[in-house]
Amino acid sequence: MGYTFTKEENDRIRASFPLLANRDIIYMDNAATTQKPVEVMEAWRKYYEHDNANPFRGVYGLSVDATDAYEDSRKQVADFIGAASSGEIVFTRNASESVNLLAASLCEQILEQGDEIIVSIAEHHSNFLPWQQAAKRYGAKVVFFECEEDGSFRAEKLKSLINDKTKILAITHLSNVLGRVNDIKEFARICHENDVLISVDGAQSVPHIPVNVKELDVDFLQFSGHKMLAPMGIGVLYGKEKLLDKMPPYMYGGEMIETVTRENATYAELPHKFEAGTVNVGGAVALAAAVRYYNELGFETIMNRERALTKAAMEKMKSIDGIKILGSDDPKEHEGIITFITDGVHPHDVAAIMDAEGVCVRAGHHCAQPLLQYLYDIREKKYAGGISTTRVSLAFYNTMEEVERMAEAVAKIRPEMGII
Amino acid sequence: MAERTFYNEVLTDHNLHPDNKYQLKDPNRVKEGVNPSCGDDIILQLKYNDGIIEEASFVGEGCAISQASADIMINLVIGKTKEEALKLSDIFLRMIKGEASDEEIEELEEGGALKDISHMPARVKCAVLGWRTLDEILNEDE
Repeated sequence: MGYTFTKEENDRIRASFPLLANRDIIYMDNAATTQKPVEVMEAWRKYYEHDNANPFRGVYGLSVDATDAYEDSRKQVADFIGAASSGEIVFTRNASESVNLLAASLCEQILEQGDEIIVSIAEHHSNFLPWQQAAKRYGAKVVFFECEEDGSFRAEKLKSLINDKTKILAITHLSNVLGRVNDIKEFARICHENDVLISVDGAQSVPHIPVNVKELDVDFLQFSGHKMLAPMGIGVLYGKEKLLDKMPPYMYGGEMIETVTRENATYAELPHKFEAGTVNVGGAVALAAAVRYYNELGFETIMNRERALTKAAMEKMKSIDGIKILGSDDPKEHEGIITFITDGVHPHDVAAIMDAEGVCVRAGHHCAQPLLQYLYDIREKKYAGGISTTRVSLAFYNTMEEVERMAEAVAKIRPEMGII
Repeated sequence: MAERTFYNEVLTDHNLHPDNKYQLKDPNRVKEGVNPSCGDDIILQLKYNDGIIEEASFVGEGCAISQASADIMINLVIGKTKEEALKLSDIFLRMIKGEASDEEIEELEEGGALKDISHMPARVKCAVLGWRTLDEILNEDE
């Protein structure tokens, strides 16, 4: 029963994360950003100490080395998510930029007045606002795919929303509020049967569960490096080659061209036509190092640890008076993300009290206001803080001791606020 | 370790049992104060005549700090002139920045319970929401 956390394994993992030793805190805001292992920071440093030049442009050897470092990183990322080729991996700053690029470019190509884009109600604002804006620009309509009270999405509901006007479905793989994994493979099948493209937000799934774009058969996938051990400022847009190929560039400038004349230009091959300007080679190299870290530790260990931590955390939290966890009752449906309401206490006070106990958690609407409003309307009606909630998000480097201390901090909240 | 929690009894009591959180009958000055990033949202209501705050109340939603601070503020400013209220507001805002003297803080009575917010930059906006809204309301054109 359960997974045994050995001291050896804890020590080995935590030795890679200096911040966790340097600060006397329990870091449980991993869905916002993860801490960075030395392996990743070293790769970044090594690139700048050995291989740095402006890639693609130079004829000299050093520039070629920089190009190789960048393209080799791209290959590793492509392999990590099962992409058919490197050309399907566009480097961006983060998942938000990836969706902005995609929505702007794809909608310019395919969207017409009266068309419909289906967006799930559970989307992070970054996978909602770019579609909302694109819809406005082209006179299209955003249709909401609503979840059940436990956060699950029904295939039948999706089918009922699709019609001749539907062009795109944008949906998250793993909700940053509820932690639930959606049946993307089934949704992709339904979309493709109806000539609808499916774009998936993988910002929370890629760091926590194995994701294979070929197996899921998604058309597009976005994720951020910084939520998966890499530095801030590097992200990925995956797209099927045949689709990316037809899409117009999003930004114009250096490095993305083939030829430029006074009147016109032709654009570079994939993926370079989407990467205008000097690129973030150090970030890409570090992201590849993060990918290697994942591969070496292995998703089996990562998921065993995260699921055992989630289960323990939920059990302890459920036994505390006045604490209500959003979404499924089943820890297996949470993948490290536990969003909760504290009866009578505003989430900002919850987070401040937990901070005083050294526990870093997120309070607010988690950039998913439509979902929180929806859940509030259908179930909660009234509690301190309105639609705001508090979120504990775990990573494999957390420990059972930390979960225990987190739960102790949660137990102190209501007494501290004078509510017994 | 982070700062010890500052949720003292004065603060939690005003949060759980506010004296002044209700709809005022026929207010002649009403102003909404909002912290968009954290969702604190209060509506301050005054009966303000001849330069004097005759009655005041608030309604709204927010964290304990924003709610308690607004409640304490209203206790302090009822019956005060515009000038007296603005002076208290000035002391409060300076207290939050850690710039007010002990004598000044005494003038704030229970408002002094929020002194330690000066160590919590993330919560300053919550503490000053009521006072900021009061400043705006009083500085509206007569």
